[in-house]
Amino acid sequence: MRATAVARGVAWRTLHNVFTNPSLLIPSLVFPLFFFVAFAGGLSQVKNVPGFDYPLGYTSFQFVFVLLQSAAFGGVFTGFGIARDFETGFARRLLLAAPNRTGIVLGYAAAALIRWLVTAVILTAVALAVGMHVGGNGVDLVGLYSLALLLNLAAVLWASGVAMRLRTMQAGPIMQMPVFLVLFFAPVYVPLSLLQGWIHALATVNPLTRVLEAGRGFLAGSPTDVSVAFAVAAALAAAFSLWALRGLRSAEAAG
Amino acid sequence: MNQRFADQVYVLARRSVVRTARQPANVIFPLVFPLLLLAVNAGGLKAATQLPGFPTSSFVAFALAIPFIQGALFATMNAGTDLARDIQTGFLNRLSLTPMRGVALLAGQLGGIVTMGLIQALVYLSVGLAVGVRLASGFGGALVLLAFAVLISIGFGALGAFAALRTGSGEAVQSLFPAFFVFLFLSSMNLPRNLIEIDWFRTVATVNPVSYLIECIRSLIIVGWDGEALALGFGVALVITILSLALASISLRTRLARS
Repeated sequence: MRATAVARGVAWRTLHNVFTNPSLLIPSLVFPLFFFVAFAGGLSQVKNVPGFDYPLGYTSFQFVFVLLQSAAFGGVFTGFGIARDFETGFARRLLLAAPNRTGIVLGYAAAALIRWLVTAVILTAVALAVGMHVGGNGVDLVGLYSLALLLNLAAVLWASGVAMRLRTMQAGPIMQMPVFLVLFFAPVYVPLSLLQGWIHALATVNPLTRVLEAGRGFLAGSPTDVSVAFAVAAALAAAFSLWALRGLRSAEAAG
Repeated sequence: MNQRFADQVYVLARRSVVRTARQPANVIFPLVFPLLLLAVNAGGLKAATQLPGFPTSSFVAFALAIPFIQGALFATMNAGTDLARDIQTGFLNRLSLTPMRGVALLAGQLGGIVTMGLIQALVYLSVGLAVGVRLASGFGGALVLLAFAVLISIGFGALGAFAALRTGSGEAVQSLFPAFFVFLFLSSMNLPRNLIEIDWFRTVATVNPVSYLIECIRSLIIVGWDGEALALGFGVALVITILSLALASISLRTRLARS
């Protein structure tokens, strides 16, 4: 109960900060749109590469990646806010005031989720407006957005753990870079079968590949790797929740 | 008088380089991130070389031009931020009380950026050669490529200095970064312009000056000596440099007058 109250307070403050500060809000809205335009627009010819077999076309193919990317980076951007809270001393006062500190992590996670939902709505609207095809039914789409939601949760918990351990904005690249690499070492531009050499080997063992392929399957209406993808996303969220809670303990110990 | 001016430029350029070198994040990130993106794109888009009309069978060779532009952007952001910090901490105010000439400050700052830009260009070129890229224009092309890297370092560096001098805020300089990134991504960085299928994207890439900077470097790597690409690339780079220098000089004069 006390954790819920703390979580609600932290989430409200975080969302208030984000939605009243254009310099925080605009990048998280504009960057996914920009990547969508750059990839789906600039690389649409890639659908003509022999062996490219995604039935809905390149715009839909790229939409799934950009949606998952926006979910992951929505979590990371919230992590930047946590680091900023530590730098300004607000987080220390929050640690003193909160009757249940786990609620702090929950609050940041809830804020990241709501923040991403706004991005997802805008991104989806733009994608549909520019002619994205959807082959899946309602259940498939719930599957797609649920996967993205789990990824958002995993990313914010990862970034929280880093922010609470290092407690400085300079930790930004440490939060961002691994997420960037894991995302881009998946089959971003072409299906896995068209990748060659080291990137194919890396993408094959990259857990995000299953999530991305399942997401593309959901959008196309031919779900693939569903249980593996959900298992991977849930495992990441569970592992990073432990990472975040231990980060919270580290911040508590630092005083 | 000229000797004193040269000394001023040398001292300020040295300070600029040393300050950058003392911040590992400012050295490592501009070196590593463009190479990581090159690796990701070269691996992920290798299949694009099978498109009819693609100019080379090696996507690494095609994409090697991109790190040169990205590296210049990163260095520019860092240098602009450092200059903004000089303004915010009052260093520029104290400097304006000395006999230092304003133009020496700008030249010194740009000297530091050029040094970093040259180091980056050498690293990118070495990595490219190490992974099997062979310059179609040979050794002479490598020299031209390095000269071009110096020119764009000056151009983008002056743009960063202009932003810093105009706003006096490191955050404002940093906020330019996404704008630069938009220019980069809406260019011919991932596909030749004639292979971009979407009309509006091809039009944007055609009017985007960054396309010509990339195509200039790319021509030296995969084509050889392409007079048109070189003329357009150097022409665009020169225009950017002259405009940026003019804007930075005007802003510096205003900034020193305010001090």
